[in-house]
Amino acid sequence: MTISEYFELLFTDYTLRTITLGTAVLGAICGMLGSFAVLRKESLLGDAISHAALPGIALAFLITGAKDTNVLLIGALVSGLIGTFWIRGMTTKTHLKSDTALGLVLSLFFGFGMLLLTFIQKQPNANQAGLDKYLFGQAATLVEKDVTLMVIVTGICLFIVLLFWKEFKILLFDADYTKTLGFNTRFIDILITFFIVLAIVLGLQTVGVVLMSAMLLAPAAAARQWTNKLGVMIFLAAVFGAFSGVFGTAISASQNNLSTGPVIVLVAAVFVVFSFIFSPGRGLLFRQIRFRQNRRDLQLKKTLQFMYGIAKTHENVSHPHAIRILNNFQGFTKKTLQQLEEKDWITLSGQQWALTNEGFSEAKNLYNQQENHE
Amino acid sequence: MNSPQIEIQIIAAVVAMACAIPGVFLVLRKMALISDAISHSILPGIVVGFFITQDLNSPLLILLAAITGVITVILVEAIQKTGLVKEDTAIGLVFPALFSIGVIMIAKNANDVHLDVDAVLLGELAFAPFDRLLMSGVDMGPKSLWIMGSVLLVTLVLLFLFFKELKVSTFDAGLSSALGISPIIMHYGLMSVSSVTVVGAFDAVGAILVVALMIAPAATAYLLTSDLKKMLGLSIIFGVFSAIAGYWLAHWLDASISGSMTTVLGLVFLSVYLFAPNKGLLSVLYRQKQQRTEVSLLTFLLHLNNHTEENERHINHLNEHINWQKVRSKTVLDLALKNNMIIIEKDIVFLTEKGSEFTQQALEYILTNKDDKIEHMKDDFFLFRG
Repeated sequence: MTISEYFELLFTDYTLRTITLGTAVLGAICGMLGSFAVLRKESLLGDAISHAALPGIALAFLITGAKDTNVLLIGALVSGLIGTFWIRGMTTKTHLKSDTALGLVLSLFFGFGMLLLTFIQKQPNANQAGLDKYLFGQAATLVEKDVTLMVIVTGICLFIVLLFWKEFKILLFDADYTKTLGFNTRFIDILITFFIVLAIVLGLQTVGVVLMSAMLLAPAAAARQWTNKLGVMIFLAAVFGAFSGVFGTAISASQNNLSTGPVIVLVAAVFVVFSFIFSPGRGLLFRQIRFRQNRRDLQLKKTLQFMYGIAKTHENVSHPHAIRILNNFQGFTKKTLQQLEEKDWITLSGQQWALTNEGFSEAKNLYNQQENHE
Repeated sequence: MNSPQIEIQIIAAVVAMACAIPGVFLVLRKMALISDAISHSILPGIVVGFFITQDLNSPLLILLAAITGVITVILVEAIQKTGLVKEDTAIGLVFPALFSIGVIMIAKNANDVHLDVDAVLLGELAFAPFDRLLMSGVDMGPKSLWIMGSVLLVTLVLLFLFFKELKVSTFDAGLSSALGISPIIMHYGLMSVSSVTVVGAFDAVGAILVVALMIAPAATAYLLTSDLKKMLGLSIIFGVFSAIAGYWLAHWLDASISGSMTTVLGLVFLSVYLFAPNKGLLSVLYRQKQQRTEVSLLTFLLHLNNHTEENERHINHLNEHINWQKVRSKTVLDLALKNNMIIIEKDIVFLTEKGSEFTQQALEYILTNKDDKIEHMKDDFFLFRG
């Protein structure tokens, strides 16, 4: 199947439509909430929580004995939340740093989850197969019910974000100020954390434990490069996330043996790399261009300054001088002289240059600024 | 106990030791999550190595995978240096991308190779004794024991040779470069050792649980001591204990060995986290409560010192005026009485001589605001703590 066939089939094939819709919605919600995670400098929380959800899934299965997705997700949600609050507890109550706390919760919960999973596998219960899809994720197992759930959660989440927009925003950028204004910061904090955990848990089935963190981070990190506005960033992140989902599904459907999760993550990574390089404000490419421009500008002004030093000893500022006498100043080329002429700072005639009045006052101001600075 | 069982335990113990040593430095350098990143991103290295060598235990594969680990670190640092995103975001972006590449490489060649993601991520220690090293027909023991043994040996040698340098560059990067020890070389040296350890251990315990073996013993030890040598020793002990106890737990539950090793590590950490003498949760909470009461006491004594009127010093006044709960006022009053700071006559509270002396010094403390003074003062005056 080629990619164009995929897009044709998208509107007729039920499975393909469900999966595409599912990954798109997932990408959108992850992008939206991931923006908060990135800005709160809790990027790796997603990684820790997605691993920490595993014992919850296994325990939920052990207790209920049923493989109902919703029950397993509730289990995942509970153990994810426990993990999150333990991380908080560790960093506030002991001298362990957040990286250690994250790593501990991640690996210890996951190990415990593995113990439970292997324990379940040895149980005489034929129903246990398929629990390990939460490890690596299988978008192909998405059914309409799962997608409906995702859409509902995304709706609620969007509603809450809009409702608490002001509170979320102010807590994000100035937590202390929020407290002094009398907001219940603890409540807002728990609310936003809860939704981040919820988004992660929803994504487990599709992209799996390991890749979930990238799903959360990558769209947000890409969106961050294009804007300094929270609203725009969240919107962009949701769009990037949704597109990663759709393109990832398309590419993986068009080839054999390509699991969806990794492809989605790689598509998201492409978005990130593109944004890093080409975003106009912060991107590496434009930064380099700006850097060069500034350097050239500086060089030009240095030349002008040198000329000013010569010209000010004469009564007539526009008295012509030979280009030759600039030779003991190395910072000029023919091109810079031309550029200076274009700016009407000097006039060139043959082997002679002369400052214009404009150039003289420009250079003088430059000098003044320097003097004031010192 | 039969011989594969003994061998599994020896391998587990060696892996635990080899992981604990770099783990201590990672935790101290606040780079614990780098081990997580490395453990995932070595996957493409392992896959490429496996295509070439067709042997999961070949030294070339380990070398390739370890190089991938170091590349991860370099990539993370390069992204971080652009200033576009924070360090943790950089880590979170790099390793899933590399891991995805690895997964796709495996998936595309699934028919040709005997390697799946489960094996790399989760490992299986139970099979380790069956992959034996044969040297000219003589059985030399399990391969992974040799691999991890040599990793451990190299780590130990490096640790003894560069202990001083590691210590200085870990705790004071500025001082270490002033002394001519390049923190960058130490950094990349540590990263390489961690990479090699992770790669060597993934086969036995799986990529994710390597992280547990690196971080958990070190974090546990860090809660108990602030001496580097003791911390190293303790984390090795915790690691080895959990490895062996974990093996027997797995044996009993008939479950994954690496999973149960981690579970034991988790239990050990949890109990230390709760009960550690100075830095544990319970003792921190207790100390916070104690300090709260003592600050209240101080406030109360200052109040008494300020007021000569009887109604301000009536015993019921505490509740009304200072707005304390009944229990709290009673605790504070009892503490003051026990320490002979006050006497109560007909429900009126009077400062004793000792009490007013304490209050004077406390005032001085509040004015000068030197933190070291107050604990000293409390030792001098308090017979009983809050």
